[in-house]
Order: sequence, then C-alpha cells, then structure tokens
Amino acid sequence: MRLSDRASDLPESGIRKFFELAEARDDVISLGVGEPDFSAPWAARTAAIDSLERGKTSYTSNRGMAALRERIAAHHERYNQSYDPAEEVLVTTGASEAVDLAFRALVDPGDTVAVHEPTYISYGPGIELAGGERLTVPTRAEDDFALTRSALEASGAAAADLLVLCYPNNPTGATMTDEEYAEVAAFCRENDLRVIADEIYAALTFGTNHASIATRPGMRERTVVVNGFSKAYAMTGLRLGYALGPSDAIDAMNRIHQYTMLSAPTTPQYAAIEALDRCDDEVTEMVNEYNRRRRLVVSRFNEMGLDTFEPGGAFYAFPDCGGDDEAFAEELLEAQGVAVVPGSVFGAGGEGHLRVSYATSMHELKEATDRIATFVENR
Amino acid sequence: MDAEREVLDVLARNAREDIDDIAAQTGLDAEAVAEAIAALEADNVVHGYQAVIDWDRVDEGKIRAVVEINVELDRETGYEEVADRIAKFPAVDALHLVSGDYDFAVEVLGETMQDVSRFISEQVAPMPEVTQTVTHYIMETYKDGGVRFEDGDDDDRLSVSP
Repeated sequence: MRLSDRASDLPESGIRKFFELAEARDDVISLGVGEPDFSAPWAARTAAIDSLERGKTSYTSNRGMAALRERIAAHHERYNQSYDPAEEVLVTTGASEAVDLAFRALVDPGDTVAVHEPTYISYGPGIELAGGERLTVPTRAEDDFALTRSALEASGAAAADLLVLCYPNNPTGATMTDEEYAEVAAFCRENDLRVIADEIYAALTFGTNHASIATRPGMRERTVVVNGFSKAYAMTGLRLGYALGPSDAIDAMNRIHQYTMLSAPTTPQYAAIEALDRCDDEVTEMVNEYNRRRRLVVSRFNEMGLDTFEPGGAFYAFPDCGGDDEAFAEELLEAQGVAVVPGSVFGAGGEGHLRVSYATSMHELKEATDRIATFVENR
Repeated sequence: MDAEREVLDVLARNAREDIDDIAAQTGLDAEAVAEAIAALEADNVVHGYQAVIDWDRVDEGKIRAVVEINVELDRETGYEEVADRIAKFPAVDALHLVSGDYDFAVEVLGETMQDVSRFISEQVAPMPEVTQTVTHYIMETYKDGGVRFEDGDDDDRLSVSP
C-alpha cells in the first residue's frame, strides 16, 4: 500500500533496537526501563475497579471530568501554578497526547521548534508530523544538562517560533532552578517564543520543589504545561495525562482532541481523582526510595570512573561512558547481560553517555552496577 | 532529615547493607554512618539485626501464634513486672502492651501447634496475674517486618522503554 510521505519518513526509535537486543536474552538485568517499578497506588486502582463495577463506562466531557480538572488545578498550586479548571485544563490520553496536541495546535507548517537535547525521543517526530522544523539546542554535561541562554543564542533559537522544555529531564535527570529559568524566560519573551513545557516528572524531584518556567513573569500566557499520572503515580499503562495553559491554547488543543480521541478514557480518570485525593503518601515513599537508589547509583558510577553528575529529578542517571555509547551499551549487554540505553538515542549532546534507569530494586541495581564495574575493568 | 533517621530508614529495609552502601544511599560519608549506627545502638534505638524469614518456606518450619492475654494487677504488681516475666520465655518472639479488649499481645514461636498450646497452658496461663488467654494460630504470612512475601518475579515491564 502506498504510504504517506510523513509516515514513510518517520525514523524508527533508536530505543527499539535495544529493546529487541535485550528481549533476545532471558538473563538480562534491565536498567533501560522508562517507567516506575511500583504499581499504581491501591486506592487509585480500587477507584478504577469501582467505576467499572458501577458501569461508569460512558464518554466524559471532551476536556475531561470536571471533578478531575478541579483536582488537577488544585494539585498544581503546589508548584505555584494557578489554572482555571473550566477553561485552562485539558485531560488527555497520556502526556504524549498532550504534547502531540500542543504541537498541532501551536505549530504551522514551516515553523521552527527549538528542542534542547538530549531529551525525550518523541518531540522530533511530533514536530515533523505537525509540519514544523526542528532546531536542536544542545545542552552540555558541563552545565549539568541545564538549558542556558548562551546555548539558545548559539543555536539560532532567537528565530524559532516555539521552544520545547523537558525538566526534570528524560534521559539525563537534569532539573532547572527558578534562577536558570529566569534567563531562558527572558530569552523567550525577547524573541517571542512560545513554550511547551513537558513536566511529567515534576513530582519526582529530590531535595527541591519542582520549578516551572510557566511561573516566571510573562511566561504563563505563552506556555503550555504538560503533565500526567504515569510517572508520579506509576500509572503508565492507564494512559492519562493533561495540559495546562492559556484558554485559547487549551481550546485549540481540545478542538483537535475532540476529533481524534474525543475524550480520555473514563476508568483512569476515576483512578486519577483518587490518586490526587489520597495518594500523596505513596508518592512521597516512592520519591524517598528513588532518592536512595539515585545516590547509590551515581556514587557507584563515579567510583568506577564513569563521570556522573547528580541528577535532581526523574529516575535516570546519565554517566559519561568515555566514548562510543552505542558500542558500550551493546558490548555491556553481550558481556554482562545488563541493558542500558545509549545516550545518543536521545539526540545531540547525549553521545558518549548512557541512560541508566534506577526504577528497579536496590538488589538489582547493586548486581547490575557490580557487573558494569567488572565490564569497565575488563574493557 | 537527620543522619540517624536516614541511616535507620536504610537499615529498616535491609539490615545487611554495608557501611559504604548506606553512605552512598544517604549521601553521608562512611565515618558519619558508622558513628550514627554506633549511637543508635548505644541509645537502644537499634536493639539488634534479624532476618525477615518466611517460615512456611522452610522444611519443618515454625508455628507462629498471636496470643491475647488479659491480666489482673494488684498493688504490688504492675504491667512492667508481668511483661518482664512473660518476655523471659524463649518462645516469646514479641510482646506488646496494647489498648483495647485485652492487655498484652504476644507473638509466640514453636515447632508445633502442640508446643505453642503447651507453652500457653503450662507456662503463661498459670501465672497468678493472668486471667484469660486467647490463641490465634497464624495460618499464612503475607507481609512481615515491612517486607511483602512474594516471589518477586512479576516484573512485566518491557526491558527497554522510552
């Protein structure tokens, strides 16, 4: 069958190759997993079950259940974000749909979208599917992978129409402080850039509260914030996300949403209400556990000579493997049965690094890092 | 969170963690961890280190029971004295003074059900202060010491994902 050029031109995800390599073996310890090793809190799961038992299986409002939007808006007060649940919140099928809707609502064919890299793999294809052109803004290990004004200037982002931000970041675990956002925000205001801020890992920060560019002066009206329930509440398979932003942007996204998804699935919306109402303790417990693992993993990599900065959020470490990251990851899998993802899969700036997920048990992390140390010694 | 609390959080999960790994997980240096552990032990915060054992998986495993004990005190005898005498029995694994319908909750370990029954009827019930005992044999343990008893082999996540 003849395929559209857009579909034909889409490259296969670099992660796919490592998935297949890892799946071909049955003795692998995987540090390649981009999702929590916890299950969704039981209270959220029972709310989902209860909704099914009561036969609540109809469509919800296109924008999502009003009760859920109210709780989402209330929840975001903790990040100093204030949004009107009626006009400025849209519930989506995973944060991925929210990102896609934001691209389609904000990008015209030929528009330039600046994306800092390394970063999550879906932004580039999403921009291309929306008809935009991607402009890469490298972030550097020397800056702990924070986005800087000088990087924006050097890459020509002043001429861009839109900027995509993902902090806390997948794959680096990097976070941005309010002060670091201040200069990026100034750049956006001066050059009239709108922003899509993917903050799916906002709840998973260590020692500091999440900062958002949308809270900087003059940024709320030019920013769409994306978030969801996958990471903080370990609800990846329930596929529930949302967007927050100015009413005209949310309205435009909703118009696309209503012709594609119609509405986010109903059952996870009931689970999400319960998650926001009652599951803060579970989130705190998960964050504390990630924090212990983070410290262990980072110190072990540094001890074995793979320089690793201290990530401030998400559940990834991003060690420098000192050379060809793809070869390192393949040989490590072959020799020691440990799966990690090469940093170059996540774009420019990721080369020479590995994405190591510590969303796995302490026992497995110790075994995996022991094996990696042996591999590094013998290499 | 202070250093001792952070160390306790790690030890409560796994008392076999070595000093270096505790240091790595808490962000403290090894010397500070060793000092914290020594202080916790000296202050009787940490009383000992035990394995969490699923006895049902051990051949000739143990029988465990929770025993409710009611007592009647007199002018010369307080809960402390009674507790002291009950705690001395090696079969007593844990002993708590509790609020509610009875006074003490005792966890008893024995080789057989007869062992446990004999211990309660011959050693505990005859104590002059004890007015009533109710024994609940534990049929199955799903979680103990904060550890969920399961195979731990149900990670159905994809081995590599975005």
